[in-house]
Amino acid sequence: MSPQARLLAKDLALALGHRLAIALYMLFALFPLFWLIKISVTPDRLLFTEGIRLWPSEMTWANFSFVLLRSDFPAFFTNSVIVSLGTAIAVTLVAAAAGYAFSRFRFPGKYAVVFLLLLTQMFPLVMLIAPIYRLMAPLGLTDNLTGLIVVYTAFNVPFATFLMQSFFDGIPTDLEEAAMIDGCTRLSALRRVIFPLTLPGMAATLGFVFTAAWSELLFALMLINSEETMTFAVGLLTFVSKFSVDWGQMMAAGVLALIPACLFFAFIQRYLVQGLTAGALKG
Amino acid sequence: MAGQSAVAALRARGGGRPGRTARLFEFVLEPYYYLGPALILIALVMVLPLVVGLSYAFRDIRILAPVSGGFVGFDHFETLLFRDRVFWRSLGNTLWWTGGSLVFQFLLGLGLALLLNRQFGGRRLVQAVVFLPWAVPTFLSGLTFAWLFNPVIGPLPHWLAALGILSEPYNILGNPSIALWGPIVANVWFGIPFFAITLLAALQAIPRELYEAAAIDGANAWQRFTKVTLPFLAPMIAITVLLRTIWISNFADLVVVMTGGGPANATQILPSYIFTTAYRKLDFGYASAIATALLVLLFLYALILIRMRRALPSTT
Repeated sequence: MSPQARLLAKDLALALGHRLAIALYMLFALFPLFWLIKISVTPDRLLFTEGIRLWPSEMTWANFSFVLLRSDFPAFFTNSVIVSLGTAIAVTLVAAAAGYAFSRFRFPGKYAVVFLLLLTQMFPLVMLIAPIYRLMAPLGLTDNLTGLIVVYTAFNVPFATFLMQSFFDGIPTDLEEAAMIDGCTRLSALRRVIFPLTLPGMAATLGFVFTAAWSELLFALMLINSEETMTFAVGLLTFVSKFSVDWGQMMAAGVLALIPACLFFAFIQRYLVQGLTAGALKG
Repeated sequence: MAGQSAVAALRARGGGRPGRTARLFEFVLEPYYYLGPALILIALVMVLPLVVGLSYAFRDIRILAPVSGGFVGFDHFETLLFRDRVFWRSLGNTLWWTGGSLVFQFLLGLGLALLLNRQFGGRRLVQAVVFLPWAVPTFLSGLTFAWLFNPVIGPLPHWLAALGILSEPYNILGNPSIALWGPIVANVWFGIPFFAITLLAALQAIPRELYEAAAIDGANAWQRFTKVTLPFLAPMIAITVLLRTIWISNFADLVVVMTGGGPANATQILPSYIFTTAYRKLDFGYASAIATALLVLLFLYALILIRMRRALPSTT
């Protein structure tokens, strides 16, 4: 082999190895979800005879029609959408204001406030479960969705504030200063100049917080008791502990829980790096 | 910030219109108007319950007990330290859980970041797919892995048995000596994308010229990795790993969903022990005592880190 040919062969081997490694990672990432979907479309009677096969010899939609038409999951789904959307909107508004203050002002107490927000990202939230339950019960905030929204909003504000700050930092201050010199008050400069520019950032924050609220389990377990107010996470876990052999139905419900998360994930893809670095460095 | 004071100066010159109070408003109070809602929420839903929770650690608070609420001093802590085997077991498990999850998340995440840090066809799609586990709700990841480990419907026990790792296809989540690996595997699956994304961002910030210079000087791939890539990544790696340690050691969801801490507390970690004590036993006093112990441990960890950082020469 000539030296050039050897070099070419080496490059080719390297590219092949690279592709192979990537393919393995993709397999690892997708396999559990693939299996979830596979079991959800497998007829019950085939589960035990060909449970381990990669794809059943027959497919069924019975599990999905049960979950969608004859179970409480649509109600759980609605509850989760209400809680996640309510939380996402509340957090985005609150965090946009706070992130703006961090990005544009230097003020006494700023570092103390930043430190407080960082600290909230470090301590174990699980230790708040008991006191929050006991503080909220007399206020009538347990076993209803409003209570959950309040709790989730507070938990997500610190991270979302840093995220919004990073978006505001990307907008030159000259813009609103020019508007203010032209006679705008700060608020009208915000509304007319800055707000339209932060819309993508706010949409990303909305997506992140929605996903986080959709995933939350422990506080929902503690705070919610009755079936009418269960979120999807609580409903699914209750179903699993009650009917632990209805494999296909459980997994069909699981596939439903995946849908909104995937939608929002596709939607916030572009902001992942920004969001996760804000999360990594600041909590 | 500089622009800000320019505006202020401009305003001040403009006939002294904004008086002292106006300036006080602009520089001291105005930011707090924007921060107000956030601070009130955090104070009421996080700081207040934290303080109240700390006080519970010294009280007898059991929701179902007819007489409770009394002050018990350090009784809970005495039980915790000297009579509660589960606490010590959970502490040991927490170290395994955190260490095991972190090592694999980091190494595989770094590998993935390196793989993604070059141009190839379909890269955006690949990126979306390998990052998907991060978006899957954690309760669903937990359930899915619990199902994968179940020999009736899941393939993993059969594969592990075929590879000779298990003597027969049984559910490892039911075996006290290896059950903790179940939640760890799920956590690794869930956590790789996080490391991959943060490290990929750091990789992309390394100047290309450095690699070119190293290549001209005859450095091979491994030398380029250890002499250029790693030193540049080091600060990001350090901060991500340290903060992730705290995050993982507080992360109870997967254990709660997959094993509930069982069998016989073999997979109980401190946060799941806190949760079960509060949620199943409704013993808020004792749960808060465990929580306080966890908080103290995390605080000590943070303190040691800060000390170490001071002792090391600054790298950034």
